Amino acid sequence: MVTKVRRNRDAAAGWLFASPTAVFVVLLFALPLVLVFKMSASRWPLLAGDQGVNFPDNYVKAVENRFFVDSIVFTLKYTFLATVLLLALGLGLALLVQESSRWRNLLRVSFLIPSALGLASASLLFYVLYSPLAGPLAPVMEDLGISFLGTPNMALGSTLFLIVWRYAGFYMLLMLVGLQSVPSEVYEAAHLDGATRWQQFRRVTLPLLRPTLALTTVLCVTGSLLAFEQFYILTKGGPDNSTVSVVQLIYTVAFQGQNDLGVAAALSVIALFALVVINVAQLRAFRYEGT
Amino acid sequence: MRGIAAPRCWSGGRRAIAAVVAVGLAVVLAACGSSDTDTTVQAPPDGVDDGSELTLWTRAPLEKQAKLLVEAYNASHKNQVKLTVVPNDDYVAKVGAAAGSSSLPDLFAADIVYVPNWVKQGLFKDISANINGLSFKDSINKGHLAAGTDGGKEYVLPFVLDLSMLFWNKALFKEAGLDPEKAPSTLAEYAAAAKAVQGLNKSGVYGTATGLNCGGCLVFTWFPSFWADGQDVTNAEGTASLLTSDTAKKVFGTWQDLWKSGAVLPSSRDEAGPTWTAGFTQGKVGLMFYPATLLSSTPFDVGVAGIPGAAGGASTFVGGDGIGISKDSAKSDQAWNFLNWMMTEKAQVEVLAKNNDVVSRSDLADNLYAAKDPRLVTINKVAADGRTPVSLNFQQAYNATNSPWLSLVRDCVLESCANLQKNNDQVSAVLGQ
Repeated sequence: MVTKVRRNRDAAAGWLFASPTAVFVVLLFALPLVLVFKMSASRWPLLAGDQGVNFPDNYVKAVENRFFVDSIVFTLKYTFLATVLLLALGLGLALLVQESSRWRNLLRVSFLIPSALGLASASLLFYVLYSPLAGPLAPVMEDLGISFLGTPNMALGSTLFLIVWRYAGFYMLLMLVGLQSVPSEVYEAAHLDGATRWQQFRRVTLPLLRPTLALTTVLCVTGSLLAFEQFYILTKGGPDNSTVSVVQLIYTVAFQGQNDLGVAAALSVIALFALVVINVAQLRAFRYEGT
Repeated sequence: MRGIAAPRCWSGGRRAIAAVVAVGLAVVLAACGSSDTDTTVQAPPDGVDDGSELTLWTRAPLEKQAKLLVEAYNASHKNQVKLTVVPNDDYVAKVGAAAGSSSLPDLFAADIVYVPNWVKQGLFKDISANINGLSFKDSINKGHLAAGTDGGKEYVLPFVLDLSMLFWNKALFKEAGLDPEKAPSTLAEYAAAAKAVQGLNKSGVYGTATGLNCGGCLVFTWFPSFWADGQDVTNAEGTASLLTSDTAKKVFGTWQDLWKSGAVLPSSRDEAGPTWTAGFTQGKVGLMFYPATLLSSTPFDVGVAGIPGAAGGASTFVGGDGIGISKDSAKSDQAWNFLNWMMTEKAQVEVLAKNNDVVSRSDLADNLYAAKDPRLVTINKVAADGRTPVSLNFQQAYNATNSPWLSLVRDCVLESCANLQKNNDQVSAVLGQ
């Protein structure tokens, strides 16, 4: 009897402890999610509000949008490039600053500093740097006859440069944590066995780094698929609509012209499902390799 | 590992999605507490000045004019207007969110090209009765009034007029051997002048400039060349595009030639708007189609004229913002007090004209400040010949970053214009939705 009361009281206390989080999850996650589903199935212009259910019109319009396919292709291309660059550079930098030299601390700090800047601020900074009119690099551009945001490839490259500058330090830090969890005895053993540095890296470091690589890949792929600020600020989707990312398309449909929250929500739902599928696939892949 | 995973690398995408959701959420929350306010205003002729606090929103490009008006009003009235200035790119999203949640300010200004749509969506109150009571109604700028009229009812008054005009740098004209007191009278003369300035071969100095990645800038500065030739850019209803006319071919041909000859500021190619006037303001550009609101902040001697067409003539795009009382305002009578004062000679002349801005009443065009600067008389006069295009889907067809109009212009100026028909159909498709 006493235990039952206590157990009940414990359960109540447990619920009490969990309730603040539960309230936040419901208010900030579950409710908006339900709302997006409702919006995506309703006629919902930005200025007029909910006009009733029209499923599946929004999904049809979303898929028929003239930038739908282009934006997916571009986002995948960008994600691939960003992930490869960031992981390779992150690992490279981590290996560089892992060795103890007297520059170690200075290097670590200087790689990490850009991470302290918000992405929007960083994008604005680079917007000015890249500006052929106001930027300090304007004379260089004029001499070389190029424009950092002028052609589709240059715009993509310039944006990738910004992203690498902003995030390489962050990925370096993650890789560093992974590297330091590799016991030094393993390296000693490999050394005694006569392994070269390359063999050590290939046969010891990489396999033991797998959990870290899994984490960083998932982080980077998910983040890149949702890229927005850098394109919104730097390129506005240009030149000639060559850098329209999926999220930017959602934003444009919602707030720039079409002003249709229903179609924007439909695009968001499609993006959400794609993300779930991609993330499940990634986690599976790494789990199989890991076991 | 979750601990480290928390600061996700790109939260931006989620933020944009969150914005979409937030707007909807606001709508749901507001649905419970929506209040019934009248959609028609019937205020006393002068409104009510009882010390109420009024809220007013406007977008950043008109910050200077809005501030002057609000300060002058607050200094002379018991009512106090609280001004909120919103960045240009965020304005539609902000108004949209507020409209959905019934939390619009008492008064808000809107880019005049968006006004027809916003009126149709019911964001403004009908102020016909009060506008009809104004003795000078016939001299209020017609383009703005027409944009804010729906079904014979008037919803909007002109807040700030922004006209596109041909500006030329007199010093550079003189250097290039051109008459610094005479404006190019046709588009061909315009191009010739640009090439002459380019021919100076001064480092960093270019003939002309424009914003080739900025749909709004292009609409604002290029449509007048069509109108000056008597050619419409859309049908009367604003539902079909007419950009394949001979005039269109001449206008695009002139710009293509200018671009290929290298007489256009190179950064114009990627210019998405933020710095589209900077080259001229810094004295690096010979002549340009330029917003008249910037006359007061252009530090050197410039000439001003209407924008010429291929065969001469002159026109202008009567842009800027219209202002009305929002559907959510509970202080319509007080808000009308502000609007009524804004249209008086005192506000128009002593606030706007005094600061080299354009008045929105043609009967005040020849005011004492304009008399001191003949350029202002020119601007005020051309304003009467100017136009404001009316179309429900204007933003999507022209201003949006991925608008078909932008594709059309870029194809015709930077490339060979081979897709003119296709792109024009695309503009029509958006306009006709």
